[in-house]
Amino acid sequence: MTTTTKHDRLETSSRGGGQAVPARSAKLPFLASANTRKLGLTVLGWTVALLIFFPIFWMVLTGFKTESAAIADPSLIFSPTLESYQAVQERAGYTRFALNSVAVAFGSTLLALLIAIPSAYSMAFLPTRRTKGTLLWMLSTKMLPPVGVLVPIYLIFRDVGLLDTRTGLIIIYTLMNLPIVVWMLYTFFKDMPKDILEAGRMDGATTFQEVCFLLLPLTLPGIASTGLLSVILSWNEAFWSLNLTSSKAAPLTAYIASFSSPEGLFWAKLSAASTMAIAPILVFGWLTQKQMVRGLTFGAVK
Amino acid sequence: MATLQLKQITKSFGDTDVIKGVDLEVNDREFVVFVGPSGCGKSTLMRMIAGLESATSGDILIDGARMNEVGPADRGLAMVFQSYALYPHMTVEGNMGFSMRLAGVPKEARREKVLEAAKILQLEPLLDRKPKALSGGQRQRVAIGRAIVRNPSIFLFDEPLSNLDAALRVQMRIELARLHEELDATMIYVTHDQIEAMTMADKIVVLHDGVVEQVGSPMELYHHPCNRFVAGFIGSPKMNFLDVDLVQSGPEGVRIRLPGGEACTVPVDGSRLAADSPLELGIRPEHLQLDDQGPLAGEIKVLERLGGQTSLYVQMGEAMVTLMTDGDVAHRVHDKVRFGFAPGRAHLFDAETQALPSLHQHPLAGLTRHDNRLSSTSGCQ
Repeated sequence: MTTTTKHDRLETSSRGGGQAVPARSAKLPFLASANTRKLGLTVLGWTVALLIFFPIFWMVLTGFKTESAAIADPSLIFSPTLESYQAVQERAGYTRFALNSVAVAFGSTLLALLIAIPSAYSMAFLPTRRTKGTLLWMLSTKMLPPVGVLVPIYLIFRDVGLLDTRTGLIIIYTLMNLPIVVWMLYTFFKDMPKDILEAGRMDGATTFQEVCFLLLPLTLPGIASTGLLSVILSWNEAFWSLNLTSSKAAPLTAYIASFSSPEGLFWAKLSAASTMAIAPILVFGWLTQKQMVRGLTFGAVK
Repeated sequence: MATLQLKQITKSFGDTDVIKGVDLEVNDREFVVFVGPSGCGKSTLMRMIAGLESATSGDILIDGARMNEVGPADRGLAMVFQSYALYPHMTVEGNMGFSMRLAGVPKEARREKVLEAAKILQLEPLLDRKPKALSGGQRQRVAIGRAIVRNPSIFLFDEPLSNLDAALRVQMRIELARLHEELDATMIYVTHDQIEAMTMADKIVVLHDGVVEQVGSPMELYHHPCNRFVAGFIGSPKMNFLDVDLVQSGPEGVRIRLPGGEACTVPVDGSRLAADSPLELGIRPEHLQLDDQGPLAGEIKVLERLGGQTSLYVQMGEAMVTLMTDGDVAHRVHDKVRFGFAPGRAHLFDAETQALPSLHQHPLAGLTRHDNRLSSTSGCQ
């Protein structure tokens, strides 16, 4: 009985289509289109990835060329040399800049997290009528061009003796990243079931214990990815480091910039210096990419 | 000893009044169930008792002491959440012992106490597992275990069974009743499921729109609902309501005219009724009987056979009436049927939807789950 009905339906559908196509093959064009789409997306993905990666690849390559080879016609075939790296190393001590970068990036991230965790907690769990507005206002400060406040900040830094100090950079980077750090933590905290914190309160936890024993362990992936992002943003920041430091506290971004000298651009040396400057953060990003992606999609995929 | 008193409790969120002046007394070792439709304020009321929400006005007294300003952990209460709210990163033992860890109880003593509670709930083999490796029923038991470990004077349950499947719910219901017996503690339980309320409660508090509609034993609420809302909310399937005309009223009964035109006398006190005031007759589906001589008639529209019982949905003019009849009833859809009821089973509601007081107290109305007489605090509010 059932078979007949099915058969009848198949016949009707093929007749309705005006062609004597068996019903089974009617599915195939759909499958084919899904495959094509997948292939198309893969190709597109790779193209975009290669486009983004190409400048980095070319920079690394240029770093291993001689100065003359670097300005000659672009070519993939050349005899690699460490000449530029040697020259760069002789002219300025890489380690000092790198240490500054590490101290400033991690220091500012730590400070930003210390300030942002309590603020995000209060905004997520004890919101007031003004919470949404405050969050938007915080984000809006990111839209201000930094150069707009360069002069006042420079003057303040000069007067309080923060110019060319790691502390100064840590402060400015913390302020720079705070809005985004608070926002990210806020969304992660928002996703945390309120019941669990209330259960903790019923069990006798103080707010501090609630945060340390329940909130932080449960939102660790989010906090980690926020921290990683803040480290990367601080590491890559150039505007403030170039303007507020000169030698003592200069991080790697200043190191790179020091190779675009008034005597002209030395492409090979500049590339070698840049490669050395971005290498640590590239490795760091590579190692933590799983954590980053997990954290960044933590709230989105529900 | 643990008693709870609520005195004129109110709660407002901005301009919205969620709880509008609740007075309630919970006696020692009583199992009290707050029941009501969603949004009636029952969970808010419980959260105020727990201290997770502050009362806008009024007093919360536990054992006679005012608790409004006391923190949740210091009220001597423990709460089981609807979502269980287990700490996902801790083992079962960690979950159950968390309150003691915060209080600085040494590890050995902690373990001993956890084991004791785990034994009551048959959780011993699961102590090293994380919540995600547990089934729904097991998580529920861990949540209860976490409450037991705190040795509270009052247990609060916020819809604890709503995430379980039907079979497990029945099992947990029995387990909770057993636990109440075993722990000998005062328990307050929130649910929207009137079956849970009927089966577990010593005392049911029916809430509606932030107001207590009635407080009483399950049988009292079933047999003597004090208004139309309670009558419709308690009992499943729902009570039938029919508009009827008043013929004559007096303290010895109210004579009404049924939709079919026949008259009958309902034994309720009608002395406060005005002449020609509109009346509504309430009669439970299980109290309607098929009867060829019955005063009511209609056509069967839907018929649900449950085996032991059959529900008939009968169209009576504008109204649809439900009948619970014998499982072996031979009728079919579209059959015309006549049916009737014993007047003593009927309820009458006046224009303000208040029930007219019954002339006879139902013999079971005062009984609780333990066949104990109810305290004098019960009654309509």
